Amino acid sequence: MLTKRIIPCLDVKDGRTVKGVNFVELRDAGDPVELGRLYAQEGADELVYLDITATVEKRKTLVDLVTRVAKTVNIPFTVGGGISNVEDVKALLNAGADKISINSAAVKNPRAVDEMAREFGSQCIVVAIDTKNIDGIDFVHTHGGRRPTLLQTREWAKEVTDRGAGEILLTSMDHDGVKNGFANEITADLSSLLSIPIIASGGAGNMQHFKDVFTAGKADAALAASIFHFKEIPIPALKQYLENEGITIRR
Amino acid sequence: MDVAVIKYNAGNVQSVLYAMERLGANATLTDDWETIKKSDKVVFPGQGEASTAMKYLRERKLDQLIQSLEQPFFGICLGLQLLCEHSEEYDTSCLGVFPIRVKKFPSVEKVPHMGWNNLEHLKSPLLKGLTDSDYVYYVHSYYAEVDPRYTIATSHYMHDFSALLHRDNYYAMQAHPEKSSRVGETILTNFLNL
Repeated sequence: MLTKRIIPCLDVKDGRTVKGVNFVELRDAGDPVELGRLYAQEGADELVYLDITATVEKRKTLVDLVTRVAKTVNIPFTVGGGISNVEDVKALLNAGADKISINSAAVKNPRAVDEMAREFGSQCIVVAIDTKNIDGIDFVHTHGGRRPTLLQTREWAKEVTDRGAGEILLTSMDHDGVKNGFANEITADLSSLLSIPIIASGGAGNMQHFKDVFTAGKADAALAASIFHFKEIPIPALKQYLENEGITIRR
Repeated sequence: MDVAVIKYNAGNVQSVLYAMERLGANATLTDDWETIKKSDKVVFPGQGEASTAMKYLRERKLDQLIQSLEQPFFGICLGLQLLCEHSEEYDTSCLGVFPIRVKKFPSVEKVPHMGWNNLEHLKSPLLKGLTDSDYVYYVHSYYAEVDPRYTIATSHYMHDFSALLHRDNYYAMQAHPEKSSRVGETILTNFLNL
């Protein structure tokens, strides 16, 4: 049976993890490679590295990081953050990334999704969508959720799927950081509407939230950051819980 | 242990090289006949599209080389599909090591089949130490049909398909052992120990 996936997300700046990760097992908790390896050992199904570096040195730093992760980590990983064209994607995939994720660049230039999918295959192109509900309508937002667009989330998700996206990483800005559960309704809508997997993100606060997003939310995978980093929910305990609740999970 | 990883127009070969290095093998990415022939083991990785890959292999006569090798040989992902007789992907005639047809998953469920799925009906020294509760990582839209003569493990997505194949010195796996954590490392280690 195909399992539901648990995906820790690591925010990286200048080649270091940010958000005050606190792990006693690690000599260097700021090292994204060490942290990734630990998550892989604990049973994470995939990793997402999100680069928030803003400097011009960004690309080189990121390629170096991807190379080190690929050498060390034995599960799939996705890299996102500021990727805008085929050349960026090529450099990261050649360095060993399994998938790349694009967000604002796809909104700005939707044809980039077609180009990337044609060049490298849909399976490695993840389109990240930040969504926020405004007066009852879900709109796509860019720039970390700060900038609203006129695109409606369901229509945009359908469009990028048709353009060749292999997966959708859906982050609900209404739920992100609040820890009161994932956005199950829109996640379920997209999962039913689309022929590609949906990764739900934003709102994980306890173990039941994961169960809910896999059942009510029909998500194929669930992503979270701080609750894993701060060990509020250890991955082995989460997987044990989900298995007990009848969710198909890799153990 | 010298491992030749066949260089052709397939994506994501770097991860296979890194996985070999992690297991202590000396892996080289090469399309040189002599280097491949002399190596202890040969790995045929791949991610991409079947007809383009076969065209590339034929143009460089790597198809004939692959068919003539005698050392343990391991096809991964697209590598497995190319070792079969024929692929529905652009109606492509493949290498024919396994007289099996490669078909596209129906779009009843989400395609590609992406994520972790377990191995079933395991029967091979290549799978020593593993059981049907072990999971491997898949990303594929096409699958090889089950043939009891050559299928040494199955997985189930909508229906059973060949997870691993074996014939003589040729082994092949549809999932990505290089991305399948401990289970993948067990399979690669078993292959290196053949």
